Parts: sequence; structure tokens; C-alpha cells
Amino acid sequence: MTSTLNLFIGLAMGLNLLALASSRLPSVIRAAALQGMVLGILPLLMEREFQWMVGLVAVGTIAVKGFVMPHLLRRALRAANIDREVKPLIGFVPSLLIGAAATIGAVALGEILPMREHAGSLLVPGSFATVVGGFLMLMGRSKAISQVCGYLILENGIYLFGLLLINSTPLLVEAGILLDLTVAVFVIGIIMDRIQKEFDSLDTNKLTTLRE
Amino acid sequence: MKEILLIAIPLLAAVGALLWREERSRPWLLPVAGGLHAAVALWLLVSPPTLAAGVWFGFDALARAVLPMVSLLFFICSIYAVGYLRVRAERHNRVFVFALLVLLGFLSLAIQAQHLGLLWVAAEAATLMAVPLIHFNGTARAFEASWKYLLVGGTGIALSLLGSFCLGYAALNAGGNGDLTFSALAGQFIHLDAEATKFSHPWLVAAWVLLLTGYGTKMGLAPMHTWKPDTYGEAPGMVGALMAGGTTTMAFVAVLRVKQVVDAAGDARMTQMTLLAIGLFSMLVAALFLLSTPDFKRMLAYSSVEHMGILAVGTALGGWGIWAALFHVWTNSLTKGALFLSAGNIRRAAGAHNINEVSGMAWCAPQSARMFVTGMFAITACPPFGPFFSELILIRTAFTTGHIYTAVMFLICLLLAFFGLSRLVFALVDGRPHAAVRPAAARMQETAGVILPPLAFLGCSVWVGLATPPVLSQAWSAAVTLLFSTT
Repeated sequence: MTSTLNLFIGLAMGLNLLALASSRLPSVIRAAALQGMVLGILPLLMEREFQWMVGLVAVGTIAVKGFVMPHLLRRALRAANIDREVKPLIGFVPSLLIGAAATIGAVALGEILPMREHAGSLLVPGSFATVVGGFLMLMGRSKAISQVCGYLILENGIYLFGLLLINSTPLLVEAGILLDLTVAVFVIGIIMDRIQKEFDSLDTNKLTTLRE
Repeated sequence: MKEILLIAIPLLAAVGALLWREERSRPWLLPVAGGLHAAVALWLLVSPPTLAAGVWFGFDALARAVLPMVSLLFFICSIYAVGYLRVRAERHNRVFVFALLVLLGFLSLAIQAQHLGLLWVAAEAATLMAVPLIHFNGTARAFEASWKYLLVGGTGIALSLLGSFCLGYAALNAGGNGDLTFSALAGQFIHLDAEATKFSHPWLVAAWVLLLTGYGTKMGLAPMHTWKPDTYGEAPGMVGALMAGGTTTMAFVAVLRVKQVVDAAGDARMTQMTLLAIGLFSMLVAALFLLSTPDFKRMLAYSSVEHMGILAVGTALGGWGIWAALFHVWTNSLTKGALFLSAGNIRRAAGAHNINEVSGMAWCAPQSARMFVTGMFAITACPPFGPFFSELILIRTAFTTGHIYTAVMFLICLLLAFFGLSRLVFALVDGRPHAAVRPAAARMQETAGVILPPLAFLGCSVWVGLATPPVLSQAWSAAVTLLFSTT
């Protein structure tokens, strides 16, 4: 059970690095979407017996993270007519190296932190590595779409951590969280659309009017 | 179940706003819903309900200590909104009215939430609902502000979710049964044996750091305050008032509830030290920026950062400090209401918000300029306004508990902030208006609808300070007792 779980989490960690390393925006979107789908399957693996509410959350997660959000992002991509991240604030190689270092650090940290039930699982290291990867993309990229992908990866990391609590948190809360995140991405999408119309670009380097 | 009304009234009114056809009459839904909400909140303040054990939300002592203020703030702002939206008839107000009402509903839910997960869901929803309010003006600057708000606020709220999970996991490792209501969480951490402490303590520390960062971002504590100047600078004045007094209060309540749980685990010293450090740092950063910013709406944002720092310092001092912080929530929010609304009027009269372009406002918008100056003296803690009294109690607590250096630094920051604020405000009010400003000022009329609400805020600020109603001071005492009941 744990080994299958770890295999999937390892896959998600690999997708982090893939997203960090690629300059083409469609592949970043694909990596984030695939990661979301992998994470959506995890709750089904963790439950000893099938519960319909868990199944519902899993299906919802896969649908939203794997299909709805990538679709919205690809549409924004077409509207803005861009394909690559041209001038990232943190280069691709440095961010890949930092991401890899963070992954190693997360595994080391996971060894130190005390675990009872989930000892030996990659849940905590995977979660931390993904959160750091998401942060790197959020801070290091200049295209709004890359930043949204960073946000999605960050959320994926948090979702991974949330799985530690799947047996104890009421699923109502989890469903609420999923709903909130969906709305968040919709709102982000609307604002991106407006920025595109107003500035004729999705380059956040142009958003520099407001400062001291 | 009157406390459900506090959530149901605004949400039902929000649905009504979506369905309402007529642009001109739709804003009247705001004062109607706001008035009903304020009436229920006042009723609950006077006769608080008893809270059943294990409920997910309810009007407990902490909600009683702050929610009536949010309700009053919204009510006065909603009256202003009617006049404001009449002036801004060129913009559609359906989404604006809807988002304002939903925001009030989720603020009421978040402040009353007794459950870690529910608190997060409501806080996130309230964060998102502010976005359409920020870009109401529809300018490029407004969209830039919304984007920055979304990115910083979204990251903050994501960190608080991670922190909530850490706290839940710590409780699980401490032998908890998965009950995530705050009272149950606090109960699980008291009297742990060494084994359970070993498994839960690192997670608890991680939870505190993440939750303080996350909800601290929502409060606008430095260094997570970067969204505030952009947002308050570009959002309409009344939205600034609601965010500076409403959403920040919600985040402060969240920090207090988490602190209660972490303190119960015996980590009170850690929470106090971190809050003290981050509070004083916020005050210092805000004071320094106040000395240099040339924009009078961004100035209000830095002033808000400073006052969030004051709340954090008060909470760190404990006991009377928390009492003073709750008092300060009222005085600061109500005074900020006057400042934001009059700043909004001045902004419309001047057509700009940089003091290089704006001067002579005493001539262009005399009533608003007068209130803005009075509000400036109120927020910098001049008697007889409320902030003077709340900050006085706070400083007295700092001296009596032996935090001499804290008190000294606190006073220095207040002095620097006074210099910064008065520099800007008098530059704005005095002098001759720029030639380009005059036509705009001729269009702007200081009607009763936009003058009386800020005046009411100033009146409230004096009233809460000079003649604090016994029911309020009793509510704050009850909240302090609740927060200390587990330690």
C-alpha cells in the first residue's frame, strides 16, 4: 500500500522539477495538470474501504485540477498568443537546481519530523518539495500564466499534506476547500483576462505603476 | 438561532442584489441588509446566547467582542455606498453590491467560526469576494492592484491552509480524535505526556509559524503587508474602510483563536515573542514608509499596517494587553472608516492621490478636508478620540508588565507615524488648489450622503473612547477570559 502511494508521490515530485525546468508554457500547464490528477487518485489508494464521499472528492479533484483549470489556462494562452516564458526572474537552470535541493531537503526534513501513522511514507517530503516548487514558480516567473501554474503546484503540495488528515477531517471541509480553490482559479482567470485586455500582454513585468 | 441570521441576512440580500433589475435602486439593499445585520448583532451583544459544546460556529465571547463593530462599520459604509454609487452611476453596480453583501456574510461566518477548517473556508471566501470590489474603478492601476492582491493574498491563504493541516496533524499525534473545533483542539494539548509531546510539538511549532504568516498576510503585518498599499490605494474609499476594519479584524480573530490553542500546549512564550517581534517590526516599517510615501491613500494603508502591529503587540502582552487590543480593534476600525471615506471624497474632488498633484483641498472639499484632518489627529491617538484611550491602556500594560523597551519603541513608532501622517495631511489640505483640479472640484458636490457617514464614524470614535458602554468593556473582558481559559 505504502509503496504504491510513494510511487505516485514520487511521480508528483518529478513533475515539479519538470514544471520548473521547462520554458514552454503548454508543458508547464501539462505538468501541473498531470500532477493534480495524480494527487486526485491518492485518496482512493489510502482508504481501506471505498467511501462514496471520498470518491466524490477524488473525482472532483481530478476533474477540476486535471481538466477544467488546464483548459482555462490554455484558452488564456491562445488569447494572449504566447508560448514561452521569455525572461524569468530566476533562470530555468537555477530554479531547477533550487527545486532539486529543496526536494532533497524535504526528504531530510521528513526524516527528522516525528510521524506516527504515516512513518515511511513520502507524504510530508512530497508536500514540502511541491510547496517550495510552487513558490519558486510563483516568484521566479514573469508571465501571469506561469504564476498561476505556480499557485496550482503550491496548492497541490498543500493538498498532499491534507491527505495526512483524510481519516480525521470531515470531508465536508475538504469539499469546501476544493470549492474555494476552484473559485480562486476562476477569479484569477477573470483578472488575467482583464489584464490581457488592458495591458495587451500577460507579462507581469509591465505591472509596475504601483510602488513607492 | 439568531447567529445564523448574521450570515443568512447578507447572503439572501446578495442573491436579491443579483436578481434586482434596476441599477438606481439596487444600492438601497446595502443599508437595509446592513441595518438588519447591525440590529441582530446589537441584540446578540446585549443578550449573548450560550454556546453548545462542539458546535462548528456560534456567537461566542470573542465574536461578541468584535462582530458588532464589523456590523456597525458595514452599516455606516452601506449608507455612504448609496450616495457613492449614485455619483458613480456610469459603472454597473450589480457585482459590487453582490460582493459587498457576500463579504459581510463570510466575515460574519469567519468571526463566528469555531472550527479550524470552517474558519479557513470562510476566510478564503471573504478574501476572494474582495477582488471585484478592488477593481470597481476598472482602471489599469486597479487591475494591477487586484492581481497583486490575489497573488500575495492567495499565497497567504494557502500558507494558512498548510498551517491548519499542521495543527490538525499535531492534534492527531497528540492523541486527538480528529475533532477540529478550537475548544477541542485546545483541550487535546493540555497535560500531554512526554511521548505525545515529542510527536506533536514540532508540528505545533510549524503550525503556529505558518498560520501566523498566513493570517498575518491577511491582517497586513510586515513583511507580508505588500498588497495593502496597492489595494487600499486603488480600491474605492469605502472598500478600503471595510477591508481595514473588517477583513483585518477577521484575520486578527483567526490569529487569536490559533494562539489560544498553541498557548494551551504550553507554548505561550513562543507565541508572545513572535507576536511582539512581528508587531514592533510592522509598526517600524509602517512608520518609516509613512515618512516617505507621497500618496494619501497609500498613507492610510501604511497607517493600517501600523495599527495591525499595535494589535499584535497588545496580544503579545497578554491579559490587559489583549483587552486593549480588542478595544483598539473598535477604535481603530471606526476611526479608519472616517479617514477612508473622507479620503475617497477628497480623491474624487482632486482627481488624483499624489500630493505632488493635490493641494488646497480645504478650498475644494472643505467638509471632507476638515474631517480628514480630524481623523488624522484621531488615528494618531490624540484625545478625546478612541485610539488615545486604547493605546494608553496598552502602554500602561507594557509598563506594568515590565516591557519597558517595548513601550519605548512603541512610543517612538507612534511619534514617527504622527510626523509622517501630519506631513501628508497638511500638504494636502493647505495651499492653493492646482489649476487642473478646479474643474473636477466644481463637479464634486459634498452631499449629505457622503459627508454624514464619515462624520458618524468620527462620532463613534469619540463615543467608544470617552464613554465606553459597560456592555462593550464587559464583552472584551469575557473574550480575554475565554482566551485564557485553557492556560
